[in-house]
Amino acid sequence: MTTAILDRLGARGRSVPAKYVPVLVTAGLFVAMFVAGGIRYEGFATGQVILNVFIDNAFLLVVAVGMTFVILTGGIDLSVGSVVALSTMISASLMAGPGWPPYLVVPLVLLIGSALGLVMGYIVHAFDIQPFIVTLAGMFLARGLCYTIGTDSIPIEDPTFTAFAQTRIDLFADLWISPSVVIAVVVVLVAAYVLHYTRLGRTVYATGGSEQSALLMGLPVGRTKVAVYTISGFCSALGGVLLSFYMLSGYGLHAVGMELDAIAAVVIGGTLLTGGSGFLLGTVLGVLVLGLIQTVLSFEGTLSSWWTKIFIGLLLFVFILLQRLFSARRRT
Amino acid sequence: MDVPAPVLRMSGIGKQFPGVRALDGVDLRLLPGEVHALMGENGAGKSTLIKVLTGVHPADSGTIELAGRTVSFAGPLEAQQAGISTVYQEVNLCANLSVAENIFIGREPRRRGRIDWKRMRARAAELLRRLELDIDVSAPLSSYSLALQQMVAIARAIDVEARVLILDEPTSSLDAGEVRQLFHVMRRLKEEGIAILFVSHFLDQIYEISDRMTILRNGRLVGEYLTRELSQVALVSKMIGQELAELERLHGEARTFDRPLVEARELGRTGAVEPFSLTIHEGEVVGLAGLLGSGRTEIARLLFGADHATGGEVAVGGAPAALRTPRAAMAHRIAFCSENRKRDGLIPDLTVRENIVLALQATRGWTRPVPRDQQDELVGRYIKALKISPPNPDHLVRNLSGGNQQKVLLARWLILEPRLLILDEPTRGIDVGAKAEIQRLVTELSDGGMAVLFISAELEEVLRLSHRVGVLRDRRLVADLPNDDTLTTDTLMETIASGGRA
Repeated sequence: MTTAILDRLGARGRSVPAKYVPVLVTAGLFVAMFVAGGIRYEGFATGQVILNVFIDNAFLLVVAVGMTFVILTGGIDLSVGSVVALSTMISASLMAGPGWPPYLVVPLVLLIGSALGLVMGYIVHAFDIQPFIVTLAGMFLARGLCYTIGTDSIPIEDPTFTAFAQTRIDLFADLWISPSVVIAVVVVLVAAYVLHYTRLGRTVYATGGSEQSALLMGLPVGRTKVAVYTISGFCSALGGVLLSFYMLSGYGLHAVGMELDAIAAVVIGGTLLTGGSGFLLGTVLGVLVLGLIQTVLSFEGTLSSWWTKIFIGLLLFVFILLQRLFSARRRT
Repeated sequence: MDVPAPVLRMSGIGKQFPGVRALDGVDLRLLPGEVHALMGENGAGKSTLIKVLTGVHPADSGTIELAGRTVSFAGPLEAQQAGISTVYQEVNLCANLSVAENIFIGREPRRRGRIDWKRMRARAAELLRRLELDIDVSAPLSSYSLALQQMVAIARAIDVEARVLILDEPTSSLDAGEVRQLFHVMRRLKEEGIAILFVSHFLDQIYEISDRMTILRNGRLVGEYLTRELSQVALVSKMIGQELAELERLHGEARTFDRPLVEARELGRTGAVEPFSLTIHEGEVVGLAGLLGSGRTEIARLLFGADHATGGEVAVGGAPAALRTPRAAMAHRIAFCSENRKRDGLIPDLTVRENIVLALQATRGWTRPVPRDQQDELVGRYIKALKISPPNPDHLVRNLSGGNQQKVLLARWLILEPRLLILDEPTRGIDVGAKAEIQRLVTELSDGGMAVLFISAELEEVLRLSHRVGVLRDRRLVADLPNDDTLTTDTLMETIASGGRA
């Protein structure tokens, strides 16, 4: 995906196609933040800082990938945070209580998440209901289901699971990542391939561009809409598994508000909320920018963590205004 | 002349919608390598016929034969697969995708399950070259003009072995150069043996491009003619359905007016109506005649400020006026009764009284309600003057007949005592009695010094009421004729057909 874009940029030389501008703006922002951090704080400008951003946000990245599919069709999925929490809860309780092995629990969790997404997508499509309200219902439902399993945090003590979670994959020169990062990167690559090189992916873009036209062109719009919510449900469940690795617990209060972080990452990554325009690379950059803000604040030390929210808020304002300017210019 | 076997033959097509017989025994045949125009006024059944052909609506009766085999399609997709492709007026493509993708999406060339972008772009470029277009197929569709987008839609349509190409009003938003380009493409496709069904309101274009035409009126077949054998006058009279000889001369006295009220100079709006100059005097009724879609309503909307003019100026009472919004026009005491009383005018769930005082209330603002006894007095007066029946101000408007609804709408504007009243099709779809009353009212109002711009599809009515008649054709005001003894529906129709009297 990245190389494809760079090739195209190189081939065109002087002029950057308008559709890449938002992604490039986000990339520029990320680089600027990293450079500024490196100048201001000692020990900031190292590769491990960036890798830590990946390690700490692998679950958000996976969730945001699913969200990108949904937003590209012009929809929204508010249920992702709750599905993440439900996934941690199911994983933890099944491993702690009946003592199921992880290789049974994880596929089951992924299946449940996908099924939830499938049902929501089917309702959105078959009854022609606003995705906002359908996934809002899904959000309450999944969060509520967490508390039927238990109201307290359930620790995960399965040896295989914890061993995998604590594995360090050493790269060159003292750099390391967690297995979650590898999983997240694989998800990103597969998703980018699907969006760019398969009919499903192109139909996602067409549906977001104009649902009416896509229908008249004979594209399977309904099937695609159901598919994106299923993908989002799958990604949320997988994000939940990754969060379980990270937290080593299941809890109904995990991932509160993560749906909003995911939406913010997608929008900052340059994807239009109205659908049809955006790249997965942008979403990756959006997650990295969000993660880097937290890193900068932790290096700063004196500022409270609420500044993260303030910066994310300001960034979102800037980016939605940019989007508005961008689409207004395109229309004229 | 020997006629090749038709590629498509529809015979005895009937289609009933609730309350309307949309099509009744219509025949249509399309010959390969011909451009066939489907003619008729709005509501004549053109679009219904196309929808029956492409499987959007099932036909109630009749048969469709494609290349000799009886077919019936469940939807546009099936029709397309059988070789019948449709390009609609509004381009139904995805502007966010590239040109190449828009042509091939849904049937992209693939290699081992993966979309082969390189081959797709190459094939798209090749296909567009067949239409003599050389554009960057990897650029997003939105970066091209509407005309080019239309060509892309045609390219998509003909990629699937098209035998029949339906172009439904493809030219309505194109400029002259773009139309030429489209016609060029159509001629090429014709040479390849594709049968083209072409729908357009523009008579000149029909005569330029079509070989044969089928005329519909009120859901019935008028006939099939060779374009070169049917004069424009004959075509218009067949579409409108009045034999010229049958019409009497009904127009009244032509008078001279010397106090101009509204003067439009080179007023125009790109894509809606070409710049026109029109003066309306106090006490004068100016009629606008022309086929549907010729720009009549567009002129009315410009004068009322409902659309922004892209050029020209307006003077009201001698002083320049900026009619940028309906409010501004209302401040100059210009009133507009719209063509579609259901959609733009009346609120069916409010009472007669509430509907009538609406515009008066709007001019006062919501902080100063019209006192109830003043409401009652005004409403009572107009119910009586216009003979609104039943004469009950608390009756819901939805329960009134069309003619009475129209009178309520008129009353709403008359309360404001306008200086210029614009009436767009005030008598369409109402019964004869109410029609006569509204016509009488227009005469009375103009005698009282009010200027009236009267728009109607019925030439006879325009002639009876107007002191002067503006003739529109293809979104251009082509003539401004005093209603004297020499002006008849005959000459009007000729003017509409030929585009200006020598």
